[in-house]
Amino acid sequence: MASLVAPVTSPTVTSLPIVELRGVRRSFRDLVAVDDLTLRVAPGQVTILLGPNGAGKTTVVRLVTGALPPNQGTVSVFGRDPSGPDGGDVRVRTGVVPAKPALYDRLSGERNLRYAAELFGVADDQIGDRIREAARRFGIDHALDQRVGGFSTGMKARLALARAVLHDPDLLLLDEPTAGLDPESARAVLALIDEMAEGGKAVLMCTHLLMEAEGLADEIVVMDHGRALVAGSPDALTEQYWDQTMVVVDATDRSALDQLRELSYVRSYERNGAAMVEVEHLDQVPDLVDTLVRAGVRLLRVEPHTPSLEELYFAIREQAE
Amino acid sequence: MSKATRSRAWVIARTDLSQLRQSRDFWLPMLILAALFFVVIPGLLLLMLTSLANLETAEQLGQVVDTIGGEVSKSAEEASTEPGVQAAYVLAVYLVAPLAIIIPLTVSTAVGSNTIIGERERGTGEFLAHSPASEREIFFGKLIASLLPGYATAVVGFALYSLVVNLIVGPKVGGWFFPTPTWWVFFICVLPPFIALGLAIILNISARVSSAAAAQQASSLVTLPLILLAYSITGSALSTTAWTSVVLGVVGWGIAIFALRRGVSAVRRERLLGLGS
Repeated sequence: MASLVAPVTSPTVTSLPIVELRGVRRSFRDLVAVDDLTLRVAPGQVTILLGPNGAGKTTVVRLVTGALPPNQGTVSVFGRDPSGPDGGDVRVRTGVVPAKPALYDRLSGERNLRYAAELFGVADDQIGDRIREAARRFGIDHALDQRVGGFSTGMKARLALARAVLHDPDLLLLDEPTAGLDPESARAVLALIDEMAEGGKAVLMCTHLLMEAEGLADEIVVMDHGRALVAGSPDALTEQYWDQTMVVVDATDRSALDQLRELSYVRSYERNGAAMVEVEHLDQVPDLVDTLVRAGVRLLRVEPHTPSLEELYFAIREQAE
Repeated sequence: MSKATRSRAWVIARTDLSQLRQSRDFWLPMLILAALFFVVIPGLLLLMLTSLANLETAEQLGQVVDTIGGEVSKSAEEASTEPGVQAAYVLAVYLVAPLAIIIPLTVSTAVGSNTIIGERERGTGEFLAHSPASEREIFFGKLIASLLPGYATAVVGFALYSLVVNLIVGPKVGGWFFPTPTWWVFFICVLPPFIALGLAIILNISARVSSAAAAQQASSLVTLPLILLAYSITGSALSTTAWTSVVLGVVGWGIAIFALRRGVSAVRRERLLGLGS
């Protein structure tokens, strides 16, 4: 990977951060998993770590809970060192949804939740209510008495989610939470993240699925090879890294749109369903429409294209390389 | 140990025990093993010895008892004048005694060798690593979860064994005689530290190795010398005075505490995650 692109400072990070990593490095023998990473997660903020497999996202989650100590740099969560003697105080306020559900297959759903509630110090007289509430919320209340070994992948993921929020954490860490999930379960995850952030909690989510980060993130950190390539809000990143003028054009006869290739101001043209047309300037769009109408094309849609997170991600990576 | 530590350790232990209860494929063979060595085999041997019809064989056994000498021969001769009964008495009180350590140790090590590495292999180590439980709480939770099945086997097995011995040999020696005083001292003073010692070593291994298979291999290597040690300890504890058992118990606890401390330091969160074996 080439030189690091200058990080964008997000205007959203104003309050004291719940999570703060400064110049953190963590390696496993010769493999550097996280290198010189600086990261802040504020209350009420959803921060998304975006990057391919092996980018170091899971290691970041483990550093934040103190499951792994850093080799260099400092990790501070709720103002404490999670891998130090106060680590238990940090972890008791943190909920983690790991990439694999990490459930006890031989135990029932209820017993898995009770185990977590007891370990995380939920008061005895509240455990039953909390379990029922969390199970109902994620639609697994009907299966609480069944052994987890018989659960589907989606149900296991829902149970892992219920377990992560059972103790009402102030910080939620999600590692690829929707990988392999059915749409309903994935929606439950995204709703949970929204709700947590609205309630003033901090959320740090790792994903390589750009679709699921769309619309959720207050702050995006694009990682690769253990380093943060850029960090910032989606708007700030779009402004800095997206200089394309794309227009989506759709018509009743889509093949008729192919004539747009011939226009001198069209820089690129791609049709996969509707046509994606890149023009030199957006003020050339009326001329483009006029050309099509005069050719008898019945237009259904013409609109400027705002980049998806995926496009933004690749634009950032392209510039970083 | 603080109240919170005790509480979390107990929560971990209880969950492990719940899982164990669900694993019939694990506890059924252990139950059969305990039944065989505490009830079936001693019962058959004692029945055979106490009802020896062949005088020549009985006399040969009597000579064997005499050859052992010391406290063993003396107590056997006090118990009965019949050589067959003397042999049964020696078998009941002295020769089967090491099983009181070996069987619970086998059960405990079978549980213990898989307990920490098992978390890692099933992926549940990730949950524990992110939980507020400290390494010490995790270790002691696992220790209790391994110790209880072994010690419970010892207690139940010992009770059943006592019943078998008293029912078969008792009528020949003038009534119920087992457990003898040295056995009580042995059971209370010597057995717990030696199971704790065995487990501390096994859990230490379980925390360090990279697979359950490796843990079982290493545990077998440790268990064999422990069995030999068990034989020599039970031999010397039961064939001498009760004070010997007390001294052995104190020494055993000293070594066990050292091993337990080493065991605690072997549990690390990164190992629970499958890193840094």
